[in-house]
Amino acid sequence: MKLPDLTELALRNLRESVLRNSLTTIGISVGVASLVAMLSLGVGLQQMASRRLVKSGLFDTIIVTSRREMRGMSREQERNGPTPGESRVLDEAARQEIEHLYNVEEAYPDIRFQTELRYEDKPHLTMISALPSSAKSNDTFDGMQGSFFSSDTAAEVLLQKSFAEELLGKTPPLGSPDPDIAELARPLLGKELIMLYSQRVTSPEPPLRPSDGDAAGASYSVISREQKLRIVGISDLDVDAMRGPMGAKVFLPLKLAESLHVMQQVDLREIFRAASDQPVYSSIRVRVKNPAQIQAVEDAIKKLGFTTFSIVDASRGLRQFFGVLYAFLGIFGSLALIVASIGIVNTLVMAILERRREIGIMKAIGASDRDVKGLFFTEAGAMGILGGVVGVMLGWAIGQAINIGTNFYLKSQSLPPEHFWSVPWWLVIGAILFSVGVSLISGRYPAARAAKLDPVQALRYE
Amino acid sequence: MTTPARVPTSPDAVAIRSENLCRHYRMGETVIRAVDGVSLKVRSGEFVALLGSSGSGKSSMLNLIAGLDRPTSGTVIVQDRDLARLSREELAKYRLRVVGMVFQSFNLIPSMTLAENVELPLRFAEVERSQRENLVREALDRVGLRARKDHRPSELSGGEQQRAALARALINRPQLLLADEPTGNLDSHTGIEIMDLVREFNRQLGMTVVMVTHERALAERYAQRMIFLADGKLVDEQPNTAVLERTHS
Repeated sequence: MKLPDLTELALRNLRESVLRNSLTTIGISVGVASLVAMLSLGVGLQQMASRRLVKSGLFDTIIVTSRREMRGMSREQERNGPTPGESRVLDEAARQEIEHLYNVEEAYPDIRFQTELRYEDKPHLTMISALPSSAKSNDTFDGMQGSFFSSDTAAEVLLQKSFAEELLGKTPPLGSPDPDIAELARPLLGKELIMLYSQRVTSPEPPLRPSDGDAAGASYSVISREQKLRIVGISDLDVDAMRGPMGAKVFLPLKLAESLHVMQQVDLREIFRAASDQPVYSSIRVRVKNPAQIQAVEDAIKKLGFTTFSIVDASRGLRQFFGVLYAFLGIFGSLALIVASIGIVNTLVMAILERRREIGIMKAIGASDRDVKGLFFTEAGAMGILGGVVGVMLGWAIGQAINIGTNFYLKSQSLPPEHFWSVPWWLVIGAILFSVGVSLISGRYPAARAAKLDPVQALRYE
Repeated sequence: MTTPARVPTSPDAVAIRSENLCRHYRMGETVIRAVDGVSLKVRSGEFVALLGSSGSGKSSMLNLIAGLDRPTSGTVIVQDRDLARLSREELAKYRLRVVGMVFQSFNLIPSMTLAENVELPLRFAEVERSQRENLVREALDRVGLRARKDHRPSELSGGEQQRAALARALINRPQLLLADEPTGNLDSHTGIEIMDLVREFNRQLGMTVVMVTHERALAERYAQRMIFLADGKLVDEQPNTAVLERTHS
């Protein structure tokens, strides 16, 4: 029998026992809906996590360190990176070389130092970090009060919220709600801070121990300086966030920070080695033009003899986590479909019993085993397709309902809306195919049983 | 209405030949000899009646000729096909192309309309949809049921259902019509109507007819030869001279 005839007869048979077949199909639909709901939650959560990470600018950033720095990002990094003997000094020349690599947007030193800030004659010890002007364009400073630096060399400063609380003496006790950032900004914006710092000055005298190290000809002097800074913005940025500020609570424009030649920890370590007038950096942050190129740029930097770290390394772990999550969600989602498949077997076996005589008649007038098998198989497949389509729609509707409900809740908590539910096209097609596949497998036994019916016995059946 | 081509037959050609045909069933320790060493010949175009009381083996014999059942031993050769040697698939093709069957209980599929029931063998034979419509219309015309084509079997009388079953049996233009008690569920008047139709197909289309019946009068009225079975054995064979004379006249 041709496929259109098989389909037509199968659909007609399904219509004949409409209640039972509908219930079976609803069973499949619920199974598929549960699968789709589970997996689309997984996909949505992964997309939300990726979106957050991409928006944070982390996906286009590589942190470059010298192997001479003993602050390796991980044991693996230390294993995979060049040995200290092969490693180069991370100085200005290296920064420029990295900045000229293909697909690199910018490479800037990670200037970070601990120093004292005075506000209304009161000293406050804190960690300061320098920010490039490009930091303005990502979401790091979203929700900031005030404005970003007016220029890259302006004597201006951005404060992290907790430092602003400290300056105003408003540090909330543990467990109590944080003061509003706008309230903190009002008395501080436009006010001046005085930064006390140690400036590194290259002196013409020979080094203290000229026989030490591989370079000679310059040495450092350390002079205490003061710098007035105007507060232009207050941010509620998380101090432990990975991008730029890690641990810092006060931010300076990058060029200004560079021009101050503030003595950093790395200078102390390098002082007995390469005492040139070139600044040496503890780490460099590299921004790539396209996040997709991050691996290639990382490889190129590694070839230059540096150690690299990027969120791509971390996201590998994230992808692995989501792979496991998918598997679990898929297994749980499939359970309902497997239960539904037993329903298909039951429905078709019942249909064989009911249609025993009909099968006998069909065989008597010329139906082959293949025709009978095909008919039952098509009926199972049709239930699978219908159940799959309805199930996907049901799964999508459940997802939408939960999305709407959750966003309603988030709104009531004054939190921004989130889209954490996603039904990608591959899941739609995959779920329908899976449903048809499970249905066909379920239909195999009843179809084979129907095909093997003895026509003489079947015709005697009343 | 177009008339289907007459099946080419020669008076001496053998349509059905069985030799020492047996069909035994085992029921626990007991062996039931439904057909027990039957040897017979049916010529092409012949109208034969298998007669016997209930349990004589006539329906079992018909099932073997129809390819619905396989012999325990012996041979049954129909139109040069040794049915015992055919595969399940080949037997299905044989039932589809060579044999048309009508049953006492009509055996129409209740969920289908008359037209759909009659069309069913054409679907199995993979006949194009456009041709199917014409063939179904012709078949229903032939049995006088065109107006009832969209009715379901339950909406028809017994006679109409049997006529529809006849239309279905003939739709693939078989060489052999096998009828198992075709008038058993009909009143005598309707039974005669149906048998007249069968005789018409036998005469006009040259179709070989084997009819199982326990009504001797019916066999005497229509069959050219009567074969008597008892306890699975062929016990007697009688040519029906009256019918033969009418046929040749």
